[in-house]
Amino acid sequence: MSSENTIVMTYEVPADDFTRAGEASSSVKSKLKKMGVNPETVRKVSIAMYEGEINMVIHAFGGKIDVIITPEEIKMVLMDQGPGIENIELAMQAGYSTAPDNIRSLGFGAGMGLPNMKKYTDELIVESVIGVGTTVTMKVMISE
Amino acid sequence: MTIEDIRVILGGKYFVGEEWKDKEVHTACGSDMMSDVLAFMKDQSVLLTGLCNLQVIRTCEMMDIICIVFVRGKIPDEAMIEMAKEKDIAILTSGHRMFSACGLLYENGLRGGPDYR
Repeated sequence: MSSENTIVMTYEVPADDFTRAGEASSSVKSKLKKMGVNPETVRKVSIAMYEGEINMVIHAFGGKIDVIITPEEIKMVLMDQGPGIENIELAMQAGYSTAPDNIRSLGFGAGMGLPNMKKYTDELIVESVIGVGTTVTMKVMISE
Repeated sequence: MTIEDIRVILGGKYFVGEEWKDKEVHTACGSDMMSDVLAFMKDQSVLLTGLCNLQVIRTCEMMDIICIVFVRGKIPDEAMIEMAKEKDIAILTSGHRMFSACGLLYENGLRGGPDYR
């Protein structure tokens, strides 16, 4: 893959601003649409990234997202310096959540974030160190 | 079923998108939990919800949902209306409760997506 065919976009996700959560995913969605990526791939990327972005706001004081687009795949790397995930296996289970009640009243924290991210991506890697932060790497292959 | 059919069946009112009233809706999803909605991927869907905040519009944007029905007479605020206009998402509000609103649409032939896998 030559670098001239690679597009890299970087977004800062602000901490504790629930109303702005999703702006980065919205921007990526509109760019992918303009690039002519097929709608199903665009939707998978948008949903997976949006879930990740919401998680960063809810659990991790925001963070940074890199989106790397090549003709074959879209890779999203979400990095935060939040508290870290104690038990990744448990966090991957549908319905498991550590989100506080006020987040549930906003429509999130149902324990479906990571399962949805897995469902819509071809690869999901979660690396986390307690007290240091979490990096979530997701890949979606571009289908014809 | 069209967006206008939904409005008539639910005795609803448009806040955004009366001009898109003839758009076809193929499936429906009813939930107040946005992550449950995000687990549901279908074309040309309507979302019925009692949750009324900006993330409902964002969720529908990500899902390509074309119409939102706020049940129990919930009223969207200006920021939600503006975002929905920008993203071509129709907004209706209905006085029905969630169960009744879903039941009425189901009775009239609208269906949900497949079971969650």
